[in-house]
Amino acid sequence: MIGHRVHRDLARAISAVENGITDYRGALAQFAAFGGPVRGDRRADVIGITGPPGAGKSTLVDRLIEGFRADDATVAVIAVDPSSPFTHGAVLGDRVRMQRHAGDPGVFIRSMASRSAGGGLAPATRDAVRLADEAGFDIVIVETVGVGQVELEIVAVADVIVVVTVPALGDGVQAIKAGLTEIADIFVVNMADRPGANASAVDLKHMVREGKRDIPVLQTIAQDGTGVSELLEVLNAKRNGDDTNAVRAVRFEVVRRARDEAVRRALATLDTHDAAAVLDRLRDHELTRNDAIDALALMLGGPAHAH
Amino acid sequence: MQTTEKTIADELREWEQRTLLPFTERRPESREVFRTQGGAALERVYTPAHVEDVDFTRDIGFPGQFPYTRGPYPTMYRAQPWTMRQIAGFGTADDTNERFRFLIAQGQTGISTDFDMPTLMGYDSDDERSEGEVGREGVAIDSVDDMLDLYAGIDLEKISVSMTINPSAWILLAMYLVTAEERGFDRKKLSGTIQNDIIKEYIAQKEWVYPPRPAMRLVRDSITYSAEHLPRYNPVNVSGYHAREAGSTAIQEVAFTLAAGIAYVEEVVKAGIDVDDFAPRLSFFFVSQIDFLEEVAKFRAARRVWGRVMKDRFGAKKPESMRLRFHCQTAGVSCTAREPLNNIARTAIEALAAVCGGAQSLHTNGYDEALSIPSEPAMKIALRTQQILADEVGVIGTIDPLGGSYAIERLTTDIEKGCFDYFAEVDKRGGTIKCIEDNFFQMELADAAYDLHRRKEAGERHIVTVTKYRDESANPHVELHHVDEAASGRQLARLRKTKETRDAAAVQAALDEIVRVAKTDENIMPATIAAVKARATGGEIIKALRPVFGTYVETPVF
Amino acid sequence: MPIKVLVAKPGLDGHDRGAKIVARALRDAGMEVVYTGLHQTPEMIVNAAIQEDVDVVGVSILSGAHMTIFPKIMTMLSEREVDDIAVVGGGVIQEDDIPKLKAIGVREIFNAEASTQDLIDGIERIVAETGRDRTRRASTGSAQGAPAR
Repeated sequence: MIGHRVHRDLARAISAVENGITDYRGALAQFAAFGGPVRGDRRADVIGITGPPGAGKSTLVDRLIEGFRADDATVAVIAVDPSSPFTHGAVLGDRVRMQRHAGDPGVFIRSMASRSAGGGLAPATRDAVRLADEAGFDIVIVETVGVGQVELEIVAVADVIVVVTVPALGDGVQAIKAGLTEIADIFVVNMADRPGANASAVDLKHMVREGKRDIPVLQTIAQDGTGVSELLEVLNAKRNGDDTNAVRAVRFEVVRRARDEAVRRALATLDTHDAAAVLDRLRDHELTRNDAIDALALMLGGPAHAH
Repeated sequence: MQTTEKTIADELREWEQRTLLPFTERRPESREVFRTQGGAALERVYTPAHVEDVDFTRDIGFPGQFPYTRGPYPTMYRAQPWTMRQIAGFGTADDTNERFRFLIAQGQTGISTDFDMPTLMGYDSDDERSEGEVGREGVAIDSVDDMLDLYAGIDLEKISVSMTINPSAWILLAMYLVTAEERGFDRKKLSGTIQNDIIKEYIAQKEWVYPPRPAMRLVRDSITYSAEHLPRYNPVNVSGYHAREAGSTAIQEVAFTLAAGIAYVEEVVKAGIDVDDFAPRLSFFFVSQIDFLEEVAKFRAARRVWGRVMKDRFGAKKPESMRLRFHCQTAGVSCTAREPLNNIARTAIEALAAVCGGAQSLHTNGYDEALSIPSEPAMKIALRTQQILADEVGVIGTIDPLGGSYAIERLTTDIEKGCFDYFAEVDKRGGTIKCIEDNFFQMELADAAYDLHRRKEAGERHIVTVTKYRDESANPHVELHHVDEAASGRQLARLRKTKETRDAAAVQAALDEIVRVAKTDENIMPATIAAVKARATGGEIIKALRPVFGTYVETPVF
Repeated sequence: MPIKVLVAKPGLDGHDRGAKIVARALRDAGMEVVYTGLHQTPEMIVNAAIQEDVDVVGVSILSGAHMTIFPKIMTMLSEREVDDIAVVGGGVIQEDDIPKLKAIGVREIFNAEASTQDLIDGIERIVAETGRDRTRRASTGSAQGAPAR
């Protein structure tokens, strides 16, 4: 039984991490809800829901909550919405569609502003997921921003990734072609009562056949729950199956950290006197842009790439 | 060949150079752009050159004749003034009945009913969700027993009765028919209007129960039932009031309302009814806002657009199908809580716009509109305002008195154009219902509301005593409507009594029958009438149908 | 760190224009705004406030039911030991009721005349005054109610 205190402590721990007051381990130690020593092994199953805007992701999450609750599994939802790049403010409206679970202590719903992080998640989403796990939730659902680009960050967080699209979105399938096949474990064509649903599903199945992995393509109408039990079945099978995605998640995370580190080093190099001298010469028209890039890249120790 | 004759446009340019420019160089204008409330920039002065595209016969014409720009009838207020219809509703049916009788005694010619939030949303008074709201903003009606008392002593064959209700409208219509039957009135003589406009609920007013498609079916059923049985009754009152109050522009108010009208017509035509068999009974409802000129133009444009839509889009043949008739209410949002008696002036100007715009019936707000539901003295002054307009001002003597004004004709034509632009966009996006499901109207409205709000805060539009001429001394005291905290208890007792004295098995059987019908394509009205007659409550009927129809959840847009 | 606000719309009425304009204006002022949607019960509002861990709950009421709704919210916040979350109100609230609402702990009432700037300033002031540190309850409270695995 998850009580109100757990909700409160989990919520405050997420805030603490989100606002940089403490790190994940610090939060675990600080809040009573986590009941003592840090546990290393993750135990909750983490489901990622991604897809273009207007695909009905929140409504589908609402149906999934309903389905998991019927099996007595507790569910935490982390729903990410975009922050304004100009004001850094955000309006977070995802929970509106999940409000019928508001009074259920077995359901915890948290909205997060992306805080200008790219990739579909907020900087603290990963820690929020781990905290929800430590707080005892059986399932954690992460809903990505869904602003249209491919949102790869979810790979590092989720065990199973559901890519949601709708028939009416002309470029929906296009977006998927642009890279989501790489990360999808399940495709869902939502709003399947709309014209073009079957065609979209056929397109997707065709695309899946060209790839290496076997990705189920399902149709749902989240609005009235049609097709959701099939989705739950597939999700439950994946939950109980092998943790093959761990490899994918680890690879992604390692690459991401390496990339972050490279960016950090590049920025540090640009702050040096030597780099400033190169940039001064560029400003004084002593160097062309390409020459400047080559010179700076050499300082980083990498090969020159300018053409 | 070069003509030497000067056009009016040339004369205008000359005037600008010779007269205007030297003048403004000495004394500049107070603002660079003057905008209507809807955001349209006004010309400094309008001339025939501004209305060259307006053709008298084609676009303006004569009252009671296509395209009805000047009015739906050839005599308008010369035959009889508009229906003065002050809305009322609070407490229990008995409380509101007393207010109705007071208004009729003061010379009111129609009655109009405001229901409390639980009734509007389909909850009974004893539902947990109703707590604190029973009889507060309107009258509580749980069963037909309540409605019998609500209209007690009122001759339903003579007085036209309007009911402002939407997601549960078909149930209230059923209650009204059972009320008439049990009191021995002839259905065919019942006149009146039920709002029953579910589309604008999703767009603006946000009172809903079921998702749009089943909700549309309920509207369709009540329209087709009325077409067959209630020749003098208006089964839907397509409303722009709420979108405008929620911050839309004038163009959006008309465009969204008529787009809803188009959707209802399509729905009923699809059910196999000839357009001319029901279109004459469609009625409309607009706000009259404070921007006098824009409002007069708006009413004229709405009539012209609807005339053209019915003729060109639906091929209507009967003139009655093409003439738009509307109820009007002055703007609640224009009223201020500060120095509330100033609202009398605002309301009078808005009422004048409605009359110059050719409204068929009118509600004028009480001066206490921003503070509470209206007190009796506030309602009396509001009604007197209408009587002054009808009997003293003299605007009823000539039809469409502002027609032909260059400014009014330009604004009318611009609003018309704005409407047809919206219709094209809606059609492109797959129709009205699809646009609701995709939040198109909601997003357009949210943007307009935010824009209006910003313009107000930027000082472009002032509100006297709020953003200008603010007097910080104490607000003059006005006596407000006293909320009777005991009314809710009395209503719960009434509901208990109905539930105790009815035949529970008959109620259950009637509810089962409604559920059965709901799953088919049969008209739901007869089964609803039977259930109401058996004393099923509104809340019970709504609840029984939730598993069939589902519950609507909005995706909010900002 | 951004101020986080829950904009809540209780009651059966659908008057959400004010709530939405407020949400949008607070966002434009750099705040993170969680919007509950319409027709919320006090319990739904309190649960959302806890889960979202907001600094301020803004309740917009135009239905006249404020004397029923605010006391319920205040009591529930206190029962669940989150009474450090500030509550403010807006909408149509009669002058006479304002002192009564403040007496039960509602921090501020913004009536229809308040500009969005008044609201932004008010919320910033309240958050500064409460000096609410979201980790304040870090080590208080027992592990009671923690999940059994």
